[in-house]
Amino acid sequence: MTQAPLFRQITDFANRADPYPLYTELRRTPVLHEEEGGPYVVSSYYDIEALLHDPRVSSDAANLAASEDDGLGMGDETGGLPPSFLRLDPPEHDRLRRIANSAFGPPHQPRRIENMRGELDGIVTGLIDGFGDAREVDLVDQFAYPFPVTVICRLLGVPREDEPRFRSWVDPLVATLDPDTRRSADPEFVKTAQESRMQLGMYLAGLVEQRTKEPQDDVLSDLANSRGPDGAMTMMEVLSTAVLLLIAGHETTVNLITNGMLTLLRHPEVLGRLREDPGLSVRIVEELLRYEPPVQIVPQRTCITDIELRGTTIPKGSRIWLMIAAGNRDPERFKEPDRFDPDREDIQHLGFGSGIHSCFGAPLARLETQIALSELARRLENPRLVEDPPPYRPNAVLRGPRHLNVAFDGLR
Amino acid sequence: MPADHVEWIRREGRIVIVGASLAGLRAAETLRAEGFTGELTLIGDEPYEPYDRPPLSKAALLGMASPRHTELPHRREIDAKWRLGVPASGLDLSAKRVRLADGDEVEYDRLLIATGVRARPWPKEAEARLDGVFLLRTRDDATRLLQKLKAGPRRVFIIGAGFAGCEVASACREMGLQVTMAERAGAPLVGALGGVIGAVAADLQTENGVDLRTRVTVTALEGDTSGRVRAVHLSDESVVEADVVVVSLGSLRNTEWLTGSGLGAGPRGIACDAGCRAFDFRGIVTDDVFVAGDVARSPHALFGYQFLSLEHWGNAVAQAETAAHNMICRGADRRPHLWTPAFWSSQFRVNIKSVGVPPMGDQIMITQGSLAERRFVGVYGYQGRVIAAVSFDNNRWLEFYRRQIERGAPFPVEFPTMDRRPEGRQPVPADFPDPSLPTHGPTVTLSGYSPADQQLVFTPARH
Repeated sequence: MTQAPLFRQITDFANRADPYPLYTELRRTPVLHEEEGGPYVVSSYYDIEALLHDPRVSSDAANLAASEDDGLGMGDETGGLPPSFLRLDPPEHDRLRRIANSAFGPPHQPRRIENMRGELDGIVTGLIDGFGDAREVDLVDQFAYPFPVTVICRLLGVPREDEPRFRSWVDPLVATLDPDTRRSADPEFVKTAQESRMQLGMYLAGLVEQRTKEPQDDVLSDLANSRGPDGAMTMMEVLSTAVLLLIAGHETTVNLITNGMLTLLRHPEVLGRLREDPGLSVRIVEELLRYEPPVQIVPQRTCITDIELRGTTIPKGSRIWLMIAAGNRDPERFKEPDRFDPDREDIQHLGFGSGIHSCFGAPLARLETQIALSELARRLENPRLVEDPPPYRPNAVLRGPRHLNVAFDGLR
Repeated sequence: MPADHVEWIRREGRIVIVGASLAGLRAAETLRAEGFTGELTLIGDEPYEPYDRPPLSKAALLGMASPRHTELPHRREIDAKWRLGVPASGLDLSAKRVRLADGDEVEYDRLLIATGVRARPWPKEAEARLDGVFLLRTRDDATRLLQKLKAGPRRVFIIGAGFAGCEVASACREMGLQVTMAERAGAPLVGALGGVIGAVAADLQTENGVDLRTRVTVTALEGDTSGRVRAVHLSDESVVEADVVVVSLGSLRNTEWLTGSGLGAGPRGIACDAGCRAFDFRGIVTDDVFVAGDVARSPHALFGYQFLSLEHWGNAVAQAETAAHNMICRGADRRPHLWTPAFWSSQFRVNIKSVGVPPMGDQIMITQGSLAERRFVGVYGYQGRVIAAVSFDNNRWLEFYRRQIERGAPFPVEFPTMDRRPEGRQPVPADFPDPSLPTHGPTVTLSGYSPADQQLVFTPARH
């Protein structure tokens, strides 16, 4: 029986619930290149970290060699909007990210995130109260999804009640991040993705236009009216940035919270400690970002020149996959990497990436997940998993359960 | 039985650490973490438990952190005897005793010296005593200076445009104060980063409203009748009225207390081997005296085995950890201290970071970004290899250049990098000043070749 190449097994849905044995196998070949036109797969911690800081490695799809194009061509997914700073290199990346950052966090808005703590508490309490008399809930639909969506809407200034509308546009866009989906993309799917991005852009354009006239205390207003040393974003840049923040601002946190609760339910002693000491949530979230990172693969890198890595030459223009989740469990870097241990002294994980593209929303994601997990631990009486493993979403890049049914005896 | 002796030291030996700052604290923690259960004593001349210094010239002056509250977080319980507020005054190597200024003596089986550096004072004592003349090194210095700055002086005069001086200038401008800064060299930071980068630093200062005077020295500080400083006289015969003067002339190593001890200690620090074991004055390595932090000078394989003295936060931590480890392990388990130098600074909201030893470089090329935009990475080359790199608002790339330095990657940098501009295609002279002329603020001192180096080449003092 012939085995499929390893990198195809990674994206195979059958391995979604537990890809970690595959990652262990991957790490045996530091730079894995299994088929012509396939990606160069890098899975050891130190190599990934090095490439994330390497000025010869680009995030811009325009630097991919033409032969490396997958089913979804590089021009096809934009839906008329320019690429967001996530898919750009310096200096353009730096300029846009700096402007976005001045709307989002320190030093210009040092407390925008921290000031939301009370509001986050309130949203979490409301959602848990909303479980009512139920003794079993789907934690994804009833908690882990609505929480970050409410938060990012509030932060950006997007009306929460529009969520059903933009969800129908966001879902196809998130699907385009999955390598398997991209490879098998049919014209219909490509069209849907383009249209979704355009629709979402137009929807946000309406909001931005309104904020240009009447600025409010939200990120859209700040992006629309940015006048810092880097100048202003164009309208199209504002929209690309807003699409990025809206999607990245919740799709990853949903998975982090869900993976977190799943892991805690599999480690009841840690759950018990968290119930007693909410402060432990800080360490738990860091260890989760190592142990079950929501972004498992960074598949969007290429090199602008030949790069030699551990004796293999990665030719200019090749597609590189950085296997974040595999690096996070590299025994060269972490002792007993497959053990979930919030008491670990040295958790320098790659869960938020590293280098210039390191996660923009990390402070928010941390705070959200810390509050979510400690409140769930405190309020759910005797929580337990209904199904283990739970059903997963198809996406191999943004990996997480589709549903997480949890039974409990009552609410505290 | 040396092996048994080490075991005995680990269990019940007496370890004394002189110097209760960053290196001293991290060494103490490492000793305990690695299983040392004997008696531990920390001696410090200041009355405070170890605190962090970098905020003193940055956040503290801006009122964003209190100089009184920059305590270093403890990584673990160290169960030590603290002898604070009393400096060590002498060392008896053969009797293994440290003498204290209050006449007391402390015996040791292993000694770690981490006495660091102090600010170089204004050389004319009477002028230095004038009210309004400040140094900035300690928590007390920062508290006094902050108090004075908050009172709204009409003009602050900073002598010396090294890193500390530039940071003070930045903080003062942010507080809305008038600032004049004088530097003997042609630009700020030239001793540490060379003239090409110094020119950028000069623009940064002047664009932010600092009255920068270069190629001048201060000849006198003038006081009024009540003993308050009122004006500064310069070598170009100009006079600047100022009611606060910050003397920022680099540092002096705290080694005077070792005079006559027989240890290889002097104005350039205490020489030690790569394992942090101190040399005596005959160049023989000691077995029981170790050195770490700013006061140490040790040979480094990456830099031609020249002895390096580093006034770097990260070096203090790394060297303390290595020294502590080596103090309580057997010979074969010792580790060399081969930390790659790195430091950072923050001025006018620009983040400056460097790796490697820039003053060793003779050429520089801007591999990313541009000098004119003040966002760039500059790479220093020495004899065909990459020896250092510096970034302005681009620090996330430096990790890559650190690896290049450690691999001895070839210079000039031939491969393409993102955001390479035409100006960065060719190397240019890095433009370090003549090493025999003093400048202010280099935090790396190259202090000659090791005895193991066979070539007879005269290296002028770079200090």
